Amino acid sequence: METTTLEPILAEHPFFQGLAPEYLKLLVSCAANVRYKANEMIIRAGQEAVHFFLLRHGEAYVEIHDPRHRHVVIHKLHEGDVFGWSWMLPPYKAHFDVRANTLVRAISLDGKCLREKFDTDNSLGYQMLLRFTPLIVQRFERTSLQLLDVYS
Amino acid sequence: MLSQPFRIETVHRESYDTFTVELQPTNGHDSFLFAPGQYNMLYVFGVGEVPISISGDPDRPENLMHTTRAVGTVTKAMAELQKGDVIGIRGPYGTSWPVDRAEGYDVVFVAGGIGLAPLRPALYHVLAHRDRYGKVVLLYGTRSPDDILYRSELEQWRSRFDLEVHVTVDYADATWRGNVGVVTSLIPKAPFDPLHSMAMICGPEVMMRFTAIELLKRGIEHEHIYLTMERNMKCAIGFCGHCQFGQHFVCRDGPVFSYAHIGHMLSQWEV
Repeated sequence: METTTLEPILAEHPFFQGLAPEYLKLLVSCAANVRYKANEMIIRAGQEAVHFFLLRHGEAYVEIHDPRHRHVVIHKLHEGDVFGWSWMLPPYKAHFDVRANTLVRAISLDGKCLREKFDTDNSLGYQMLLRFTPLIVQRFERTSLQLLDVYS
Repeated sequence: MLSQPFRIETVHRESYDTFTVELQPTNGHDSFLFAPGQYNMLYVFGVGEVPISISGDPDRPENLMHTTRAVGTVTKAMAELQKGDVIGIRGPYGTSWPVDRAEGYDVVFVAGGIGLAPLRPALYHVLAHRDRYGKVVLLYGTRSPDDILYRSELEQWRSRFDLEVHVTVDYADATWRGNVGVVTSLIPKAPFDPLHSMAMICGPEVMMRFTAIELLKRGIEHEHIYLTMERNMKCAIGFCGHCQFGQHFVCRDGPVFSYAHIGHMLSQWEV
């Protein structure tokens, strides 16, 4: 019987474009298919940040909990988006909530498992840093524009 | 240079601080011809005059429309006016959106906040001559769901098969089911061919600057990006110099400019 793995899916994702096949194999060993119902929490702020996700189907919201306004949505995630990077740096705590807006299917990658691999192979860690840094910069730029409140 | 009296036919509240007035001339003329992107000087008698872009349909010149946000002395006074009141109109002035030049291209409209108003005439024109254009995309960003302009019209546009509409807000509560994030975040996935597209941008200057950067990243050429500038326009004919922007007078040489001509000035201080 033919065994299917997540390797082809990861290989096709733009986020992993150009990553050496041996590194993809390593990533697959830390990856899992996950599914969340609409309104289910995917990441909770303050909790241990273990995973990052490749959103394959559906939509999710990045939210901040504000006691005055309850949940303020600051960003919407779509198919193809990558989210969750608090697992990369101490103290490994999530900064924002992420909630499924619809049925969400995603691939989760276990950050703890990855960090161990980075420790033994710095080059893999560097390759991942090259991929996450533009995402972080993009989010920073967009959040800066939001903070400018240009439409006020 | 003299204002003509126009009577307010309707006042429509778009949001808590934004309204649209529909005007008709009191002197018997039955139409007001203008090109998409042009503006008028609106005079509230005894208060003052302000430049406001025309927001109506250029193919229906009998209905002159202006959408305004009540932020200053004149526009706040204008917000108090009602059906039957008379204001002065001087215009139309300024350059227009390149709707003729855009024929044969995909057209990308990017609007921020009240910037949807000056773009609406161009969108009307493109939709009225839909077969002359490729894909048509409207990307609209605003502050919150309460600030969205032309809601019912946006819903109609969204239901069309020949127009792609994406709306996003900077922040929302959990009841909002639409996009959240700045309007520039819509550009990477918007369905247009960057090599054959013409973009028209209107919104706050900083929003237009970052929008142009994203469009350039997608591959649209500088010459195919147009935006509309806002400065303190007084005379509207390039005499007084209040609206000087580098070597240009926004009132006469603009408000619609090619990014190729003014893009380098958008990041300069005190231009």
